[in-house]
Amino acid sequence: MNTLVLQTQKVSLFYGERQALFDISLDVPKHSVVALIGPSGCGKTSYLRLFNRMNDLISNTSVTGGVYFHDQNIYAKSVDVVKLRRKIGMVFQKTNPFPKSMFDNVAYGPRAHGVFYKNKLQEIVERSLKQAALWDEVKDHLYESALTLSGGQQQRLCIARTLAVEPEVILMDEPASALDPISTQKIEELILQLKQKYTIVIVTHNLQQAARISDYTAFFYLGEMIECEKTEVMFTNPKMKRTQDYVTGRFG
Amino acid sequence: MALQVLLFKEFTKKMQFNFYTFKKVEEKIALVILSGITFFILFVLGALIYFLFKNGIHVFSVEFFTQFPRAGMTEGGIFPAMVGTCYLTLGAIVVSMPLGILTAIYLEEYARPGWWLNLTYLAINNLAGVPSIVFGLFGLALFVKYFEFQTSILSGALTLACLVLPIIIRASQEAISQVGQELRHGALALGTTRWYMIRTVVLPQAWPGILTGNIISVGRAAGETAAILFTAVAYFYPKLPTSLLEPVMALPYHLYVIATSGLDLDKTRPLAYGTALVLILLVLMINAVATVVRARHHLKMEKI
Repeated sequence: MNTLVLQTQKVSLFYGERQALFDISLDVPKHSVVALIGPSGCGKTSYLRLFNRMNDLISNTSVTGGVYFHDQNIYAKSVDVVKLRRKIGMVFQKTNPFPKSMFDNVAYGPRAHGVFYKNKLQEIVERSLKQAALWDEVKDHLYESALTLSGGQQQRLCIARTLAVEPEVILMDEPASALDPISTQKIEELILQLKQKYTIVIVTHNLQQAARISDYTAFFYLGEMIECEKTEVMFTNPKMKRTQDYVTGRFG
Repeated sequence: MALQVLLFKEFTKKMQFNFYTFKKVEEKIALVILSGITFFILFVLGALIYFLFKNGIHVFSVEFFTQFPRAGMTEGGIFPAMVGTCYLTLGAIVVSMPLGILTAIYLEEYARPGWWLNLTYLAINNLAGVPSIVFGLFGLALFVKYFEFQTSILSGALTLACLVLPIIIRASQEAISQVGQELRHGALALGTTRWYMIRTVVLPQAWPGILTGNIISVGRAAGETAAILFTAVAYFYPKLPTSLLEPVMALPYHLYVIATSGLDLDKTRPLAYGTALVLILLVLMINAVATVVRARHHLKMEKI
């Protein structure tokens, strides 16, 4: 059961001359939720973006060490980034639905990968929206603009859009940080459900959120990973003083 | 002591009053100057159009728009010049639009910062600053002489295309860069290729902006004289062109001709005003189309 899906070994990330991450080693078991916490600028988002190579989009970045997806080093030359990103989806902090209809938003990924039959697309859209717990709210106006949805709905649409590609891993970069408490709760419930089928790595500023939804928590500070533990241990009995200070709110 | 305190309080009160009055006056002065200058610009355009209307509108007639010039340009119409300007502008845009848009896509979406990109920007900026007469001579050397297209629509359209290319590139780049980065990342994170992302997310969003920029450059091309002077236009050409390799008459050059030469000024002057009016109405119309395209897009974006 405890097979590793994602793994990093002594990975470091550089933005030009500046080193943003230092020798980070972390294992992500299958069907688990791993939360990355830490103060702003600690490198947790940069770390998350290693897994689908989104850092590549920033010029002048370089990576040392190994980032593995099922034992395959994803920074190897032979890796097709486009294929990799189908397997490792991402939900962003800022909701980013395309200015298209809800249907077209969810169908975007499948279409990009060559699904054109209307019936098949409809099936995928319905399944994805149901998985993202949005179907009941939007099923009667699927062809209206996605921009008419509320912030929380837009974020669930973005999750549905990611699910439509059938990834194995979902990376979430503070998916609820811009949402109200009720929408946040919905997203959290959703994450707990998605865990059964997907492996999730989530960056969050909200410590309670990390405690509620994650199996493992990794604490980042100034580009280093200070500690990674089972979540219940992390929040009750952390080994490192700095982790304790952070989770108890002494700094942050 | 008490008196001093009292005096001080009075003093600061007064100061404050003066200070805020001063700020208010300052604000008013700024508003008057800024709006005054803006209205002045409107006034210049208004005066120009009014002047041309007053002097040129009375020559407008069916004949003016459908006939060739006659009797040494003192009678008849400007039909061939209108047709010629349409051909030249259309030809220029057909060539420069794809080139310009594709270049803009490359520069915005693919090119990485570095000396190569800097060099490209330098080239585009300098191209935009080259005087149009230089473009004209360049066109003469390259298209008319070297490629032996002669003085023709083809040579003129290609020269105009070079002239408006930097404008089109810049306008398209501007429109493309307006598309939110988060949309690009959203698409790429779904495992799309860069080109698919550009085609399905960036271009649909940027298209109205690109189109607006292109339409405005049409206006620029339509009014250009120096670039076509040696490359495309004829002083007088007795028939409509039937191939790309024939010379044409064109509105700006025709205007230049009837305004500067001719023996009977009293007869040609009104025709010159009429031609100028047609030219400026053409440009205004093109800009109006650009505005409508943009406005319609905003409406559409609100709905879908």
